[in-house]
Amino acid sequence: MPVNETLSQYSDWSYTTSVVIYILAMVFFLVEQSFGRRGRQAAERTRNRELVGAASGTRTTASGIDNTGPGTRNTGTENGDTGGAPTRAERFGRMGIALTLLGLLLHASALVLRGLATSRVPWGNMYEYVMITCFVAVTAWLVLLRKHPVRHLSMFVLLPNVILMFIGGTWLYAVAAPLQPALQSYWLIIHVAAAAASSGVFLVPGVASIFYLIKARNESHPEKFAKFAAKLPAKDVLDRVAYRTTVFAFPVFTFGVLCGAVWAEAAWGRFWGWDPKETVAFIAWIVYAAYLHSRATAGWRGNRAAVINVIGFAVTVFNLFFVNLVTTGLHSYAGVG
Amino acid sequence: MTPAPSEQTDEAADKAAPSYRTTPLRRAWAFVRNTWRGLTSMRTALILLFLLAVAALPGALLPQRSVNERNVNGYLDEHGWWGSLLDSLQMFDVYSSVWFSAIYLLLMVSIIGCLVPRTSDYLRSMRSKPVLTPRNLRRLPHHERVETTDDVDTVMATARKRLRGWRVAEREEAGGARSISAERGYLRETGNLLFHFGMLGVIISFAAGALYSYEGQVVVLADGSEFCNSGIYNYDAFEPGLQVDGTQLNPFCVRVNNFDAEYRGGQPVAYEADIDYQSGEDLQTGTWRQHHLEVNEPLRTAGDRLYLLNHGYAPTFRVTFPDGQSRTQTIQWRPVDQQTYLSEGATKFEEPGITDPAKRRERQLAVTGLFAPTPSMHGNILSSAGPQLNDPQVAVDIMRGDLGFSSGRGQSIFEIDQSMVDAGRLERVARENLEVGQSLTLDDGTQVTFDGVERFVALQVSHDPLQNWVLVSAIVMFTGLGASLFIKRRRLWVRATPVDAPAAGGAAAHDEGAAAADEGAVPGDEAAVGDEAVGDVTAGDGTAGDATPEERRTVVEVGGLARTDQAGYGEEFTRIAADLLGRK
Repeated sequence: MPVNETLSQYSDWSYTTSVVIYILAMVFFLVEQSFGRRGRQAAERTRNRELVGAASGTRTTASGIDNTGPGTRNTGTENGDTGGAPTRAERFGRMGIALTLLGLLLHASALVLRGLATSRVPWGNMYEYVMITCFVAVTAWLVLLRKHPVRHLSMFVLLPNVILMFIGGTWLYAVAAPLQPALQSYWLIIHVAAAAASSGVFLVPGVASIFYLIKARNESHPEKFAKFAAKLPAKDVLDRVAYRTTVFAFPVFTFGVLCGAVWAEAAWGRFWGWDPKETVAFIAWIVYAAYLHSRATAGWRGNRAAVINVIGFAVTVFNLFFVNLVTTGLHSYAGVG
Repeated sequence: MTPAPSEQTDEAADKAAPSYRTTPLRRAWAFVRNTWRGLTSMRTALILLFLLAVAALPGALLPQRSVNERNVNGYLDEHGWWGSLLDSLQMFDVYSSVWFSAIYLLLMVSIIGCLVPRTSDYLRSMRSKPVLTPRNLRRLPHHERVETTDDVDTVMATARKRLRGWRVAEREEAGGARSISAERGYLRETGNLLFHFGMLGVIISFAAGALYSYEGQVVVLADGSEFCNSGIYNYDAFEPGLQVDGTQLNPFCVRVNNFDAEYRGGQPVAYEADIDYQSGEDLQTGTWRQHHLEVNEPLRTAGDRLYLLNHGYAPTFRVTFPDGQSRTQTIQWRPVDQQTYLSEGATKFEEPGITDPAKRRERQLAVTGLFAPTPSMHGNILSSAGPQLNDPQVAVDIMRGDLGFSSGRGQSIFEIDQSMVDAGRLERVARENLEVGQSLTLDDGTQVTFDGVERFVALQVSHDPLQNWVLVSAIVMFTGLGASLFIKRRRLWVRATPVDAPAAGGAAAHDEGAAAADEGAVPGDEAAVGDEAVGDVTAGDGTAGDATPEERRTVVEVGGLARTDQAGYGEEFTRIAADLLGRK
């Protein structure tokens, strides 16, 4: 079936527009993060909650704050201390979310149109892979916002996304084309989807863990990151966000690697052959396994676990760029060059 | 136990029995025991995991012999002493190196050392009852309390019904109170153990597979040529496992009838070959079975797998010698560019009818050069614009002289022996571009004709008797992983205490009593089950209220404790508590 040029053109336009809208949303979040009381409030609230956990005696006084937990995303009034309508910065934050949703919608349409244009799943080369990975990352973040009071940090999740999508749209861009024979397998749908989904979700704990480290540094040396850390939520919120997302992504990643092995057995004659991509996936898997174990080990919780998670994300990014573009292996499907 | 007294006892023991540490046997035992404890600790396992990750990294950055030997040799040529240093450190055979093996063997020992005690703990816990109800449920992270008019029996019956699926133990307490301790999520530990045993299974079957597997590559012309898996000499390349000597390969034969590649806009979209094969009984009866071989669709027969890995072109050359005799050969040329299939090779001829070895070594011919399926000329240089056959052309050098067959060295079918050219014993006698059907004539009247082109397929035969075990272990591992990450181990307790319904003042007194009881209780302490505390509470109520028997009520308390990290037990607890306490 030939490639539909018109649809592919629409897909490219959607992609570019979604990047622009993400950038705009970033600006809105930046306003909220910089000028809003929100950031401080959120940080305050989680800090209070931490205190509650530490000293159970204050339970009754703190309960009012505790109850606002899930609902605070939409209403600033529930806090009681803001009083009245949401602040201007607060409104900026909400507009940021609306913009992000719009961007996500266009992002989704870029994916769908690309798929329709080529009559196949839209993750057959590196440009498309980056597109779907970023889509998963933004979606994961929006889902996470429903439960955790971290909206004012959205900029820092959108930033790496926009950078990735920019690189994807410029250097890695590949014209819509059919797949080479080795990729024509239903395993492409499963294996690559699992890999992209897990890489996308891994972006979130990576960012959360970096914040955790900043916050921890600020706690031990109050003069470091004084301004920025004040706007971050409490360490245990960041830790929880990182853990929950990693626990979700790790089995998906494992599944992706296992499917890859089954596919490799059918396509390349062996289920595991230490191809560079396989090797780095193995390393990333080990690092995330170490992260999960470190949280259950005395002396490794907290800072060390966060460092491990950041390393895990670094390995994931390395696997995406270095292995696809610099080394030559069986996974060289980038379509760049 | 606090550290201080234990130190004292150690010292005391040392003084009392000075021989304790001096006995060499005991010292040796202590050393072994400490090493074992150190090796099986989680900290060591973590460090080993990191070492494994770091050790695997050179394999991604440096070329590996197991993946691509040619790249390794290229790297060695380029990097001189640095390359040899890396080579002596086994950096080009990372995954079979001493240090990599050492790390994963230590890790395996560590895992086994961790699994053995955990398994016995697990088996014990599967038989044990849920722990006793703590004396004071208020101290738990999750706690709710309500007074109802139902009697204790009704409350307990409701609780039993609601807690179906939990492992429960019901106990009588003093003062007519009764409690249920319930626990759920035992599958988490099951999953945890399954995951680790599955991983061990993967490692062991992977390693064993490396002993008994083999892999061979062979090029077969797609013109009805045959290949049989009867001995390693039939292969162009053969990689045996450590325990494979190549004498007992699973016998089967393959005949490649044709090969077809489909292109769309210069991009390949399908490679397929029609083959016949025979294995097992068919070999005796001579029956051929048809099979359509494709990328991603290997032929599985006789316990082996046959893959279509690649394809290429084999130009046919006919040499007509001055005496009128002619010889025709079709030999595969190897693709040098995987996009355009520009190929290189050397088709070698000997002139018939010459018996003198010395003279024969002056008259050997080789047709070498480039083959372009879709030719595109850059000036006089032939290159290829695409992989399809589209008026193919060759740019050939005709070499005449001694090809070096009798030098004793083996030679590649794709190249001529360059040392013969350097020694001046093999000379170029013509250079020309030819289309199909065209020919060139040498100075002695010999005619070389480019007759046409045949396709070849690159096949791979793989054998790994243990790969199904790897798959089974991996599935076990994955199932275990899911269970161990998503199932929450949690506990719930319900206590129903009969009280004489008090007036408002009585309720306050009750709270005071409970608060007083708080002092003595240790949160979550499994042993601290207090019959006394419960007694205290009831006693306090009894004295404070001036209740009549008709107003007897029951205090129902529910407590919950998550036993896993970041379990998010709160919502479920609230739901269960609401059901148990009859709230909406």
